[in-house]
Amino acid sequence: MALQDVSGFQDTPMSHMWNSPASLSGPMGDTTPLLDMADERILGWGRFKSSERDGGVPLRFFIPPPQSSVPFRCDNRHTSLSSLSTSSSPPTRRPFPLSHGTTTLAFVFQGGVIAAADTRASCSGLVACPSAQKILPIHSHLLVTTSGSGADCMLWERILAREIRLYQLRHGRRLSITGSAKLLSHMLHPFKGTDVCVAATLCGWDVEEVRVEEFKGKRVDRMGSGRDDSISPAKRPVEETVMSTSDACSQDDLTDSACERTRHAVTDVDLTRSPVRDRCGPKLFYVCSDGTRLQGELFSVGSGSPYAYGVLDGEVRWSLNEEEAISLAREAVYRATHRDAYSGNCVDLFHITAQGYCRRDREDLREEYHRERERVLKRGKEESEEDKK
Amino acid sequence: MEYLIGIQGQDFVLVAADNVAAHSIVKMKQDQDKMFKLSDKILLLCVGEAGDTVQFAEYIQKNIQLYKMRNGYELSPTAAANFTRKNLADYLRSRTPYHVNLLLAGFDETDGPGLYYMDHLSALAKAPFAAHGHGLNHRFILNLPSFSVRLIDKDGTHDLEKLIPVGAK
Repeated sequence: MALQDVSGFQDTPMSHMWNSPASLSGPMGDTTPLLDMADERILGWGRFKSSERDGGVPLRFFIPPPQSSVPFRCDNRHTSLSSLSTSSSPPTRRPFPLSHGTTTLAFVFQGGVIAAADTRASCSGLVACPSAQKILPIHSHLLVTTSGSGADCMLWERILAREIRLYQLRHGRRLSITGSAKLLSHMLHPFKGTDVCVAATLCGWDVEEVRVEEFKGKRVDRMGSGRDDSISPAKRPVEETVMSTSDACSQDDLTDSACERTRHAVTDVDLTRSPVRDRCGPKLFYVCSDGTRLQGELFSVGSGSPYAYGVLDGEVRWSLNEEEAISLAREAVYRATHRDAYSGNCVDLFHITAQGYCRRDREDLREEYHRERERVLKRGKEESEEDKK
Repeated sequence: MEYLIGIQGQDFVLVAADNVAAHSIVKMKQDQDKMFKLSDKILLLCVGEAGDTVQFAEYIQKNIQLYKMRNGYELSPTAAANFTRKNLADYLRSRTPYHVNLLLAGFDETDGPGLYYMDHLSALAKAPFAAHGHGLNHRFILNLPSFSVRLIDKDGTHDLEKLIPVGAK
């Protein structure tokens, strides 16, 4: 990132030639379409630099020519839309097949947020790395669990970290978890329809200092005279568009009231539970490169997620204590790695509290498997002895 | 599998939306709110492709708020509906169309209650009742776990009790 900026890599015309997938088809086809596509490519990039939908976020990327994106987006239901699109070149072939296999999970409980993931990085049948790190800390109170394409996740996690740090330097306070999720979601939106595949959960804790600055649902203030915080994003279009937490408020107000009623409607919930959607406290967001952004209390992502959900859905409660929560997360990852071929090796566990995150040692699940086998054998022996008696 | 429904009455509009946020076969969230408050008496209900719904709805929501900030008065439901339709139509013929189906419900001082149906091809129709969902034209699919219900009348927007089918959790 820094090296790119320092060397001015984006702005050289050579860099345009290198990274376009269209250049792969150059030797195969005739040259005239290449020239046309080159014009459109340069136009496309120019447009993407400050595309109509990203509100002027200053990201410069090598984006594949827009022509290839439309066929990927439109599935069978929307064939009518694809006929309306002006470009009609065949979709670019990927140089290698992308495959994503992982198990990551995160949940909120009274003691904070637990995030757990396996450590196998697979590449269609090959274990590319048995000790990858899928949970990446962004700052002391925010973790990102990554799933999808490894390269994309690594890049976007670094971009997110950079933008959050820039926000902190510019505004003097740390961006809230809600704001961070919105930032990531808005940054990924221009790439919707391309092959970017990022499915991340942001786990964090909003600390007290953020609360002081926020508008606690005072919509009259914001719509009326407007304090500085609400006007500044409009004055500086170069910055991220929806970063101020006041924006997060208006949607959260509606979800707040909706969620209060959920708690009353469901009868088997623990009554000692405090509302998770307070301004400060543990937060969990799922952000996906197709544009989804969901706030929740339990998420599992990846090919092993159905198995993890099976373990977690029955057991996760607000009132868990720390050891129970940690062992539950370990068990869920273990079960998922047991059945899913693309998850395995070790388990990483992080626990976030108001003081920040703390990381447990990485545990090899092979040992867990052997321990369980011994337990099963022992149980079998005991039962057969009882039968004999 | 998402469902929106709206009914316009004499002096109110009643709207309901389901609460599931699904990702292919996994129900990631069961208490998702699909209604966006454009102003005190206007609600936008939005379903469709995963990221497009929230992006488009929030874009419209912020622009409506901006209008009020700039001009000092709010857009009427008719104006808001037409503004939304225009935006949807503009994006439709761009490289990045939004695939969303919308219902806009509002109460105007002079015109009374109004319910507007809009689909992903930016067709706009004012209707006394409308719905969006799978099997809309063939079957009435209601096997969704819960619905949020809201009522708009001259006093503003009111949240009603969530609908949970009997026997289901």
